[in-house]
Order: sequence, then C-alpha cells, then structure tokens
Amino acid sequence: MQCPKCHAPMHTYNRNGVQIEQCSGCRGIFLDYGELEALTRLESQWVQQAPPPPAYPAQPAAPAWGAPHHGGHHGHHGGHHRGFGRMLFSS
Amino acid sequence: MEETVLVQLHALARQAAHPEYAEPPVRPAHASHGGEAPSCRCPVGLLADRDDGTVVRHGELVLKAHGPDGRGDELRSRVSLAARPGLAQVLLAPLPGPREALDGRPLTVWPYGTPVDPDAPDAAPWEEAARLLAALHRTPPPPDLPAMRAPVKAALAVARMRRTAPAHPATATVLRAWSTLPDLPAPQALCHGDFHLGQLVRLAGPGRAEPTGQSAQVRGADRSRTGRSERPDGTGRPDPAGPGSRWRLIDVDDLGVGDPAWDLARPAAWFAAGLLPPGVWSRFLGAYEAAGGPATASPGGDPWARLDLPARALTVQTAALALAKSAAEGRPLDEVEQVMIDTCSRIATLRTELAPPASP
Repeated sequence: MQCPKCHAPMHTYNRNGVQIEQCSGCRGIFLDYGELEALTRLESQWVQQAPPPPAYPAQPAAPAWGAPHHGGHHGHHGGHHRGFGRMLFSS
Repeated sequence: MEETVLVQLHALARQAAHPEYAEPPVRPAHASHGGEAPSCRCPVGLLADRDDGTVVRHGELVLKAHGPDGRGDELRSRVSLAARPGLAQVLLAPLPGPREALDGRPLTVWPYGTPVDPDAPDAAPWEEAARLLAALHRTPPPPDLPAMRAPVKAALAVARMRRTAPAHPATATVLRAWSTLPDLPAPQALCHGDFHLGQLVRLAGPGRAEPTGQSAQVRGADRSRTGRSERPDGTGRPDPAGPGSRWRLIDVDDLGVGDPAWDLARPAAWFAAGLLPPGVWSRFLGAYEAAGGPATASPGGDPWARLDLPARALTVQTAALALAKSAAEGRPLDEVEQVMIDTCSRIATLRTELAPPASP
C-alpha cells in the first residue's frame, strides 16, 4: 500500500488491537472505518483507570487546629520576619 | 543579674580564659559593658542574662551562671552527660572550670561557638538540627538522669501568665487551650528539653574544643559515669549532623528523660500556627525521620499522632509567655504573638467541638 499523499510505502502497526497504517515518508496516519472510535474508546478507559495526576508537591500534614489554608501560599505569615525571627531564638 | 555579680562573672571568665593571670582584676574596667582589661584583647560580651541563666563570653570561652533555683544536683548530672565522649558530636562538651558557685548560682565553662545568625533565619541549619536531635533521642539515657523539663516549663509559663496577666482578654483563651491537654505517659528517651534555633552553635574548626579528657574534671562529675571507656571522641565516627558538620546543641539545663516529641514541638507549633513555612518544616521533619529519630514514629505513619499534644503545649506556652511579657512591658501584643493567641483559640474551639473534655 502506498501513501495517497506522498506515495511512499505505508506500514501497518497494531496498537491495542487497532490496525494503523503509517506512511514511512511523511509519517501520516490513516485509519480504517471504526478505528477512530476504537481508539477513542481505549483512551476513555485509560483516563478512568489512571490515578489522579501528582500535579503539586505534597504538603506536610498539619493538625486540625492549624492555621487556615494550611499548605497553601496564603495561610502563612511570611512577612512577619522580625517578630517571628525573635520567636525562633527564644525559650 | 545584679551589676556587681555580673562584674564578678566577667572577672571569672577572664580568669578562666587566662589562667596565667594569677590574680583576677578587682574590678575590670567596663567589663559589664563588653570592655576588657588593657592587657587582654579577647572579644568579650554578655551573651544572655535571664532569670534561668547568665552567659558571658571571654575569647574562646563562655562562662554560664545557672539559675539560683537549687537544682544543682540535677545540673551536675546533665553537665556530666554533655561531657560524655559518646555525645561529643551532638552536645557541646563542657570545659573544666570553677567549682564554686557565684552568688548561689552554679557555674559552668564551655567553648565559644558561633550561633545561628538571627538576621538570616532562612539560612538556619534545620537539617543539621534535626539530625542532632535524632542522634540525641537515639542515645540510651543514663539511669540517673532527671526528667527533661519541657512539660514543666509549659506549666510554669501558664502559671506566670495567670499571675501577671490575669485580666488580659486573651488569658482565658490560652487557659481554654491549656485545658485540652491531658497528662501523658512519657516515652523515656534522652531529650534536650528546650530546643529552638538559639540552642545551636557551630564550632570554629576541627580539633577545637573537643573534650580531651576534661570530662572527669567537670564540676563534681563522677569518673565512672562520664563514659571514659567509650570510643575515643571523634575517631572514625560519622558526624551525626552531617559530614564535617561542626554544629552542636547547647544548654543542657532542661535536658533529661522524656518524650522526644517535645523537642520537635516548637517548630511543629510554629508550622501549625502558619509562621514556619511548610517547606522548612518538611526539611526539618524529613531530616529527623531520615536520621532515624524516634519522636514521630506512629503506626499510622502520621507524625502528628505524636506531635499534636506537645505542639499544643508549646503553642500555649508561647502564648502565655507573650501575655506575661506584654503585661510586664505594658505594651500590646505584636502580630506574631497575636498569631499564637489565635492558634490557642482554634485549639480551644476544636476541643469543644470534637474532643471529650479533658479530666480536670
């Protein structure tokens, strides 16, 4: 089989039971009837099985009485350096 | 400390630093103001002057006059522990010094070490501190060591607040938070008892201030209990704080046997209050746990299972002392102190909502 666009030979691959033809020249992919639907179905199954993405680094655990919005960037009093600096160094 | 006693303390420090001066100067000129006798160019200074201890520096030596509260036997036991060669890379080791007390205060001598820069707390050695605490907590405590004093100090802080700031509107909040804390059976580990960033010093360089046999000369130390048969100091032993680390824990006045979670409770309380950034807390806790520190181990893997109550207690203690000090100084609470009161309020509220009442 030859690519209808650039006429280079096409190779057949099998991906999860779906036949895919790819051109060895322009890398274009051709799908037969029903193959797009089969790929879409496989994709939706994969998304359902996938664990939640670890998009953010884990925040340390905090007690129930901890400051509100704990772990976020807004609950911390990072600007109070002077008073907190003193506290860091005293009994 | 009274001015005249402070002058004597400076004179004794000078004498300890310069044993070649047979006679101490009667009144070293301006000693209490950081000056020195003309024949000596050592850096001198007053490092701390509190009810529980006054600390002066003379050159490479530090002289501490401990609190006059009659706990001399306990102090001897704690200083002996700091002199053990097996702990030389964890605790700052004492140096030989005067055996007599000054004005009823026991004296101890220590090598000078550079403290953590108070103006750069972000550069503080959190990991090294965590590893030092882990090494301390993993050391079997000697049988004669008294209890560590962190829980007592929390109770003393609350008592002081009741005494000095009874009418402050926040006092009731702090007392409600305090009432959420039951008495706890304490795991028996070796604990510092008063850890914060002021309890770390960095020694100047290798070979300096290692206890070369002084341990048995420490005030009243029993030779048989100072661990002289242990491995010689520093040879072939990894630095607990990290390779080549010269950081040591100081101030053994509250050291003793107890629940090691109290040594982590102050940073834990700062983190829970929203003052210590989560990243710094993670570094500290992670380094502690990686070093095998036992304080946070729990079946569920939640460090707060062990940290919760001591961190509440340290929150109450910090808030109580803030109220006592602001009352004594006749000033309002500053922003950070108010954060600790607000945290007490949440502790008290949570107890009301979720927990059964603590036994009276």
